[in-house]
Amino acid sequence: MNMHVEVAATVPGAAPVATDAPAGDLDARAKRAAEIAGRHADAVDREGRFPAEAVAALKAERLFGIQVPVSLGGEGASMSEIAEVCAILGRACSAAAMVFAMHHIKLASLVTHGQDSAWHAALMRRIAGEQMLIASSTTEAGIGGDLRNSLCAVEAQGTGDGDTFRLTKEASVISYGAQADLILATARRHPEAATSDQVLVALLADQITLERTSTWDTLGMRGTCSDGFLLKAEGLPLVQVLQKPFAEIAAQSMLAASHLLWGSVWFGIASYAVDRARAFVQAEARKKPGQVPPGALRLAEAANELQAMKSTVVAGLARYEAAKGDPDALSAIGFSIMLNNVKTTVSVQAVDIVQRALSVVGILGYKNGTPFSLGRQLRDVLSAPLMINNDRILSNTANLLLVQKGSGKLLSA
Amino acid sequence: MVEISDIRDVLKSLESLKGVVDTLSDDDDLFEKGLDSFGSVQLMLALEERFDIEFPDSALGRRSFSTIRIIRDTVAGLRQQEAA
Ligand SMILES: Cc1cc2nc3c(=O)[nH]c(=O)nc-3n(C[C@H](O)[C@H](O)[C@H](O)COP(=O)(O)OP(=O)(O)OC[C@H]3O[C@@H](n4cnc5c(N)ncnc54)[C@H](O)[C@@H]3O)c2cc1C
Repeated sequence: MNMHVEVAATVPGAAPVATDAPAGDLDARAKRAAEIAGRHADAVDREGRFPAEAVAALKAERLFGIQVPVSLGGEGASMSEIAEVCAILGRACSAAAMVFAMHHIKLASLVTHGQDSAWHAALMRRIAGEQMLIASSTTEAGIGGDLRNSLCAVEAQGTGDGDTFRLTKEASVISYGAQADLILATARRHPEAATSDQVLVALLADQITLERTSTWDTLGMRGTCSDGFLLKAEGLPLVQVLQKPFAEIAAQSMLAASHLLWGSVWFGIASYAVDRARAFVQAEARKKPGQVPPGALRLAEAANELQAMKSTVVAGLARYEAAKGDPDALSAIGFSIMLNNVKTTVSVQAVDIVQRALSVVGILGYKNGTPFSLGRQLRDVLSAPLMINNDRILSNTANLLLVQKGSGKLLSA
Repeated sequence: MVEISDIRDVLKSLESLKGVVDTLSDDDDLFEKGLDSFGSVQLMLALEERFDIEFPDSALGRRSFSTIRIIRDTVAGLRQQEAA
């Protein structure tokens, strides 16, 4: 045995060596994490607590860094690959899946708009290396879910160099705000700026104070721990503010990532419910050979709608991948309308599908603790139409339709 | 001919910009001055009405409406196409 361990010489300025990804492809890694998430999902829901075991498993599988470009120590995963992971997790634990989705929605903004800022590039390297968890603060008291307006403002501090800033935000909902390593928050560019002249600010957990102002005791999605906070930051370097207008960040990365990854989580929940209904109907069929069980028709309807839902999400992902990197395509009105439609359509379908599945399995689904229980899934999925309220999105679409012309084509935009 | 002053007139009809139009230069980014997605749709409608044009979907991106000068150029281009 060689007792003398040579300490590797550290090369000054060398990039930290990226830890090798765990065994298997993304699917295999996601399934291992989902297995752990599923085991704790009922407790997470019942106790309304953070899905700590699932998040630890996601970190162990190094899934929080997959979207970071390879050059910054990540794996350069595409939106579609991340969407698949969201769906796999959504089948097991909605809250863990939503935490994963929201993290990657924020990371999409950094990856798309932060690579030419040295500070944000270094941050992404840390996110991949340390598997940091990112939370989002857009919702604000007095503004509600209107993503594209803020009241709080970045206030430059000091007169001469003015290199630092202060920010105070009444953040009425920040999912896992207390557990996140980093929060990306929207704010007005400066105290005199219009409410729609926003920027996105990166705030490390150890740079801010969060005073809890409300507790997330909800019908579903309980494990997202989306408490309200008074967020305060003081004396932070101005380089942490992304320079791109938030309007462009929203249009070119955040809206797409939100609607597509949320939709993938909801698809996971809905597909789990349909699988339970199918297993139930198949068991009935085996008990009474020669007869089609009465629930089979309802199952056919649920499967039908699940396929339509899946097609909508997949088509949205394909349009996004095709438009990616083309700011004009991403900010075109038709593209926003398409994404809005994905969200309003699949959020309603997901609720409907879980309800249909519940009517197939009946009382065994209504009861907790049976192999067919769907109560948690139903409560969780009911958040879908409210998470950025569908009425708000529809009225935005209605406005855009006043000028859109449309191509009438089947296979292209 | 489409004049910068014509575009400024149209901008003054918008709720989100009417207070600041006179302080804007021809190259200021309107989105930074408070133009939002609702306002930009209202702007397109007002321009279509005023200049008797229709913006094709390809001209509906943010870029075509980002500054007064760019709007003037976009509108002038469309008028020329429709006259041709
Ligand atoms: C599980 C979950 C996690 C979340 N996590 C986060 C998070 O991490 N960070 C964060 O910032 N936010 C988060 N949110 C909040 C979310 O992004 C929305 O802000 C929130 O769901 C909207 O809440 P609201 O109903 O109060 O607001 P609003 O959108 O203000 O809607 C209130 C009501 O007004 C109506 N309404 C409002 N505007 C219009 C309009 N223009 N046209 C028609 N009707 C309108 C709606 O119908 C609705 O009934 C989360 C929400 C959920 C459900």
